[in-house]
Amino acid sequence: MNDKETESVNTVPASLKQVGITMKYTLLDYFRSRRFFILLTINLLVGALSTILVGYYRPESYLSSPLSFYSSWWGNSVTFTIILSAIFFGGDAISGEFQNKTGYFGIPNPIKRSSIYIGKWLAAFLAATAILAVFIAITISNGIYYFGLNAPIEFGESVLLAWFYLVAVIGFTFFFSSLFKSNSMSIIVTTILFLFVFSLIQTLVSTLVKIEPWFILTYGGQIVGNVLTVPYPPHESVIRFGPNGAGTLTTYNATIPEGLLIIALYFLITTILGLILFQRKEFT
Amino acid sequence: MANLSLEAINLTKNYGSFCALCNLNLKIEGSRCVGFLGPNGAGKTTTLKIFTDLIRPSSGQALINGVNVYTHKKEALASVGALIETPEIYPALTSREALMMQAEIRGVPRAERNKRIEEAVAEVRMEEWIDKRVGKLSKGMKQRICIASALLSQPAVLLLDEPTNGLDPRGMAEVRDIVKSLKTKKRLIFMSSHILSEVSEVCDEVAMIDHGKLVVYDTISNVEAKFSEGQNIVEVGLQHPIDDRFVNEDVATLPNVLAAEKKDDKTLKIRLNGGLDVRERVLSDLVRLKIGVISYKPASAELEDAYLKLIKDTV
Repeated sequence: MNDKETESVNTVPASLKQVGITMKYTLLDYFRSRRFFILLTINLLVGALSTILVGYYRPESYLSSPLSFYSSWWGNSVTFTIILSAIFFGGDAISGEFQNKTGYFGIPNPIKRSSIYIGKWLAAFLAATAILAVFIAITISNGIYYFGLNAPIEFGESVLLAWFYLVAVIGFTFFFSSLFKSNSMSIIVTTILFLFVFSLIQTLVSTLVKIEPWFILTYGGQIVGNVLTVPYPPHESVIRFGPNGAGTLTTYNATIPEGLLIIALYFLITTILGLILFQRKEFT
Repeated sequence: MANLSLEAINLTKNYGSFCALCNLNLKIEGSRCVGFLGPNGAGKTTTLKIFTDLIRPSSGQALINGVNVYTHKKEALASVGALIETPEIYPALTSREALMMQAEIRGVPRAERNKRIEEAVAEVRMEEWIDKRVGKLSKGMKQRICIASALLSQPAVLLLDEPTNGLDPRGMAEVRDIVKSLKTKKRLIFMSSHILSEVSEVCDEVAMIDHGKLVVYDTISNVEAKFSEGQNIVEVGLQHPIDDRFVNEDVATLPNVLAAEKKDDKTLKIRLNGGLDVRERVLSDLVRLKIGVISYKPASAELEDAYLKLIKDTV
């Protein structure tokens, strides 16, 4: 270095700019990562398979109207795509800083931990959005093929709600990623929660205890698919069964304001808690 | 940078009932290279991690240039380059991109970034690998890139935690040369190491720590003089071979020389009775003998003696 007798003239950028720098390079790392290609490939394969099957069998449930098409194609699987993307990109975003030791490269810089957290959060959000965008493109391409440009407004609403839901799911995965120092632990716990535990609690609480499961994120996330059902499903419905209708099965559907509130609260609480955890956690 | 300083004030780190760092008080001021020595688990890395926000102190303060790292991290680390343990870099980035990320975060002026990256990479001899993905590099290569990253912003304070760790012998020698070349009037270097000869070769001062407590902080010469029972050992490099008779009759009989022996044909090992003043006088006497003195330096064994004595005494 030719700096032997010179003073450094660096000016450390503002925290907001450092958020952008962290986001840019984390996103670059994501886009080149194997997991991004795996998720993209899964998305494309499922899209191609659905295209072939719907084209070949022409099921009534898909092709009776534009709304039924978008509801069946998009509404049934978008939440799964969102959860998978969030786990792929957010599941080890923070725990990896500890387990993979990348934190030793980033933390000793003049940068707040919150800037690193937010930058990585935004990168995960954009990477997941890219995957979601591919899914949207496949859906719209098929929709145009069968119904022309006649896409229902409810599909647009569902896309916006899906994007909002993605925000909360990534917030949630970041929280668990901050909670654990092990990548596999944070990914496994988050996956089990989303794919099994939440659904199980939701079913048990609704049917057995007959309490609306407003405290579960996936319950709030139902609005993404429900908005494609016209008229919107009733908030509470009771199905009677057994002799003389003695047995009852209660199901709940979050209203849109309620769903939005659940999603917003999950995002805020888990993101803030995750940030606090990351700020307190030590590289021992 | 007006006042370079690194200060630990009652710095303590507890893990449950175990005190990893116990009321460490250490103040290093000005441009110098300080070696930080101690056995495994003594608290060296803990200290450096507190100074770089990787862990938080249980109590006490870590100040860099008078600024508290815990409360004002951005300001405190603005002029610091650090290499703690063996960091990993995002594997899908190339070395150039990883260094560019560091340069941007540290606020290296846009016009200088590419030049500084190329200089830093040349310094650690990784030019051929600059555009390869980090995931493809070996551990030693990654360590070199991390050293380049620490140098990138031309920091006034360098914190190095066993910088030669994971490097092959050539790599270790190169890193030592790099650190030596970085010793300037405007830079404070604080370097932990297990390797006493490395500290002896590279540093001007030494701080020794054991069981989380500072044992000694002084110049290497003073530590050697103080803790090797008044005996100084120097190695004298000669331009020409010297015969045994001359060593025994002329060198060994000089004032304040306790013993003199040949290490090899062109190197003498002389044991002195005294500190720096004696060392200076003996050098003058040797030059007067016209035996072709081309180097004169303390033998690293002396620091080892001091280390063993100090660390043993605290157990």
